[in-house]
Amino acid sequence: MEYEAVIGLEVHAQLKTKSKIFCNCSTAFGAEPNHHTCPVCLGMPGVLPVLNREVVNYTIRTGLALNCTINSFSRFARKNYFYPDLPKGYQISQYELPLCEHGYLMIDVDGRERRIGVTRIHMEEDAGKNIHGEKGDSSSYVDLNRTGVPLMEIVSEPDIRTPEEAAAYMRKLRSIVRYLDVCDGNMEEGSLRCDANISLRPVGATELGVKAELKNMNSFKNVQKALEYEVKRQTRLLEEGGSVIQETRLWDADRGVTLSMRGKEEAHDYRYFPDPDLVPLQVDDAWIEEVKKTLPELPDAKMERFMAEYDLPRYDAEVLTASRELAVYFEACNKEARSPKVVSNWIMGDLLRECKGDDQEILHCPVRPEMLAEMIRMIGKGTISGKIAKTVFAEMMKSGKSPEIIVKEKNLVQITDEGEIVKIVEEVIAANPAQVEQFRSGKEKVLGFFVGQVMKASRGKANPTVVNKLLKERL
Amino acid sequence: MTMKLHPLTLHQASEMLQKGEMTSEELCRAVLRRIEAVEPKIHSYVTVMEKDESAPDSGNAPSNDSLLAGIPLAVKDNIVTLGIRTTCASRILSNFVPPYDATVISRLKEKGAVLLGKTNLDEFAMGSSTETSAVGTTRNPWNLACIPGGSSGGSAAAVAADACIAALGSDTGGSIRQPAAHCGVVGLKPTYGRVSRFGLVAFASSLDQIGPLTKDVEDAALLLQVIAGYDPKDSTSLDVPVPDYRAALTGELSGKTVGVPKEYFVEGMQPEVEAAVREALAFLEKEGATIVEVSLPHTEYAVATYYILATAEASSNLARYDGVKYGYRAEGAEELIEMYRKTRAEGFGKEVKRRIMLGTYALSSGYYDAYYRKAQQVRTLIRQDFDRAFEKCDVLVTPTSPTTAFRIGEKVDDPLQMYLSDILTLAVNLAGIPGISIPCGFDDSGLPIGLQVLGKHFEEATILNVAYAYEQRTDWHKMRPAL
Repeated sequence: MEYEAVIGLEVHAQLKTKSKIFCNCSTAFGAEPNHHTCPVCLGMPGVLPVLNREVVNYTIRTGLALNCTINSFSRFARKNYFYPDLPKGYQISQYELPLCEHGYLMIDVDGRERRIGVTRIHMEEDAGKNIHGEKGDSSSYVDLNRTGVPLMEIVSEPDIRTPEEAAAYMRKLRSIVRYLDVCDGNMEEGSLRCDANISLRPVGATELGVKAELKNMNSFKNVQKALEYEVKRQTRLLEEGGSVIQETRLWDADRGVTLSMRGKEEAHDYRYFPDPDLVPLQVDDAWIEEVKKTLPELPDAKMERFMAEYDLPRYDAEVLTASRELAVYFEACNKEARSPKVVSNWIMGDLLRECKGDDQEILHCPVRPEMLAEMIRMIGKGTISGKIAKTVFAEMMKSGKSPEIIVKEKNLVQITDEGEIVKIVEEVIAANPAQVEQFRSGKEKVLGFFVGQVMKASRGKANPTVVNKLLKERL
Repeated sequence: MTMKLHPLTLHQASEMLQKGEMTSEELCRAVLRRIEAVEPKIHSYVTVMEKDESAPDSGNAPSNDSLLAGIPLAVKDNIVTLGIRTTCASRILSNFVPPYDATVISRLKEKGAVLLGKTNLDEFAMGSSTETSAVGTTRNPWNLACIPGGSSGGSAAAVAADACIAALGSDTGGSIRQPAAHCGVVGLKPTYGRVSRFGLVAFASSLDQIGPLTKDVEDAALLLQVIAGYDPKDSTSLDVPVPDYRAALTGELSGKTVGVPKEYFVEGMQPEVEAAVREALAFLEKEGATIVEVSLPHTEYAVATYYILATAEASSNLARYDGVKYGYRAEGAEELIEMYRKTRAEGFGKEVKRRIMLGTYALSSGYYDAYYRKAQQVRTLIRQDFDRAFEKCDVLVTPTSPTTAFRIGEKVDDPLQMYLSDILTLAVNLAGIPGISIPCGFDDSGLPIGLQVLGKHFEEATILNVAYAYEQRTDWHKMRPAL
């Protein structure tokens, strides 16, 4: 029996607004425990929430970028449960009427493009953190700095069919929220969190199987690995004639397995009801238009444009547009260098090797786009060879100096003057009579030896094309 | 100063202060002495400020030109006061000292008012008699064996006993109006959204409002003036202009139509109460008002609707009292759930627990549609009853309570009986309209009877004026209990 996986992802994205969703406290990370708090987010008696409009703006932006319908009427709801990191004993979220619905995003896996539906996007507040005491300390400590930080919950339709697609979805989503500048999209730091629902069914069946909910996956790779494990586990279960139990399972990255949480967690009745402290949210067309104007060119559109405008292959366009900062870098560089494929090669090869493609690193990379452009133009003009350029590049990374200065300081200007090169060629020919004999007797490969010797003598600066030409003439 | 100062009304005291006929310090001292004298009998306060604490800005002449400058007020102990213990008459908050003020308190302070202390209430404002207070019940100054009403019983009793010049209370299902009626004073519940709820410890978020309890209608107008108005910290407060309430007190009744809802003369109503109210209606008619009979057909569902919605919201609002962050935490628990259970079992009284359980049940999966959702729908019908009635009249006049104050302990073991006695005030909160109770007589045993005037949303000026017109033509408001 062949089974197919049916996967849905629930992603929580921490929004980068300056203040929390229902009060003025700072959302900045890293403060002393309980320093970014006030009576409102502490859930003191008598306090009331006041909605941060920017949170709505960010969510509308995301909804538009994910092709959602923005609901003109939506409500906040209380999700009630007891836990020390939840000061009010309820979380303000959205339940029956979320802000955004019925969207989608496109993913590309191995050249196959797929459309993954987005069921809904809603706003809610984050909880605090419980920190359990170290060995010997049986206390737990509650830090409420994070309570009230705004979250967007993005729920996908169960359209994902493989663990690979799940990782691609996560990467695309991350790219989009970073493009929109609404979220840092950092899974390791917790600004982007993912839970997965996965069930199996016989290929061709339409009914859904029993699903397991997976938690505790803190990177794209782990999302994929956890789902791969789960596919194997559920397949084995079903093949042995057993049945999958609907439960929550935690991914254990060290052991590479998912573990059942059954017995440790009772089924919660959250007793959702509309929050009477907040009025229903009404978003009119004017508001949506206002937000639409702030939308940047999104990854897919940018990729298509790069392919068309710069005649770049799809692979290049994808890499260059994976992050907005990198795309900006490419265009700034190419504007000066006017050689898109060359620029692309240098970025995808040398630059990303050094700057790891992390968007912050691109911004702080010592090699600025204009510098790279300058260097590429020097290659084009023949001032330096492609090989020398590698040295120049490395020096730019290290010192941050401009290519002009580096070439001057290190005396790397390419020698193209035939007169100069001829001298070296004649010296090398004179110094290696045996190889000359070999070449003249038919061993054409020995030319490489001569080229090498000339390059060495000129410290790499001789123009290889000229060297080849002159050697062939003289030999 | 040989004149007794504690019986002064707010407007009388204010005039004397403005004229320099007395100082705020003298006034505050006089009231504090009165408190000392009557508190052992009525127990209306949870916390009384020390003499020097209570008058921080009082000088010889009020530097603030507000009418409230230098006036000593009492505040119900479910309204948060910076640096002053706010207990909600509950063990679970017995040691809670807030680091911030409720918006109404900030506004009073801005106007130079003086805070005398925090008054007693039913625990978390859940009750109609002040008997569920964890610090003991308050006694009705008219008859110490009787309840003062609830849940703002402490405020009402303090006003009636001249143990403050005026007070603030809160009203979720009648908790300002009913104790005002039982204590023979004036009590006003504003339109929902008229006064900020920021700093009012939430019981039922969609029903709660803060309002004044005073010795006469003019005082209520003056106090409402200061606390009313949009507050950006309360998303449910409305940005509607605040009229000049005092200027609206013309006392003019001619041209006014008074609606009398037939469903509000309920079976089991005390005959003297009905008689007094009908007499007041006849009086209003004689003085120029037109009386019409109206119907509020869904009145019989009000109690059930209220006790589903209010308890549902309360069950969620009181979840924060868990011993983790502030307030009472039980000792001896070995792990989290045990700590939660012990803290809430020991910290909450019986009535509060009863309502939390009711509310939790009404919201539970499987019951939500039949109870909570259904109640919300009936609520709309109740509101529409009032909308339709107000097409025919300017105000509605009803009794405030079917009976006068009952004896302490009489209904404590019969919660349903207690709930049913709120029948005349509950629907008002469900509809969100404003209501005022004023004294209109006494029963044969000398207990006060209250007359309730209801108006359309944001028409506090209208109901204040009708109440004022009646009050000024009668003497009930000048009577004081013999304490």
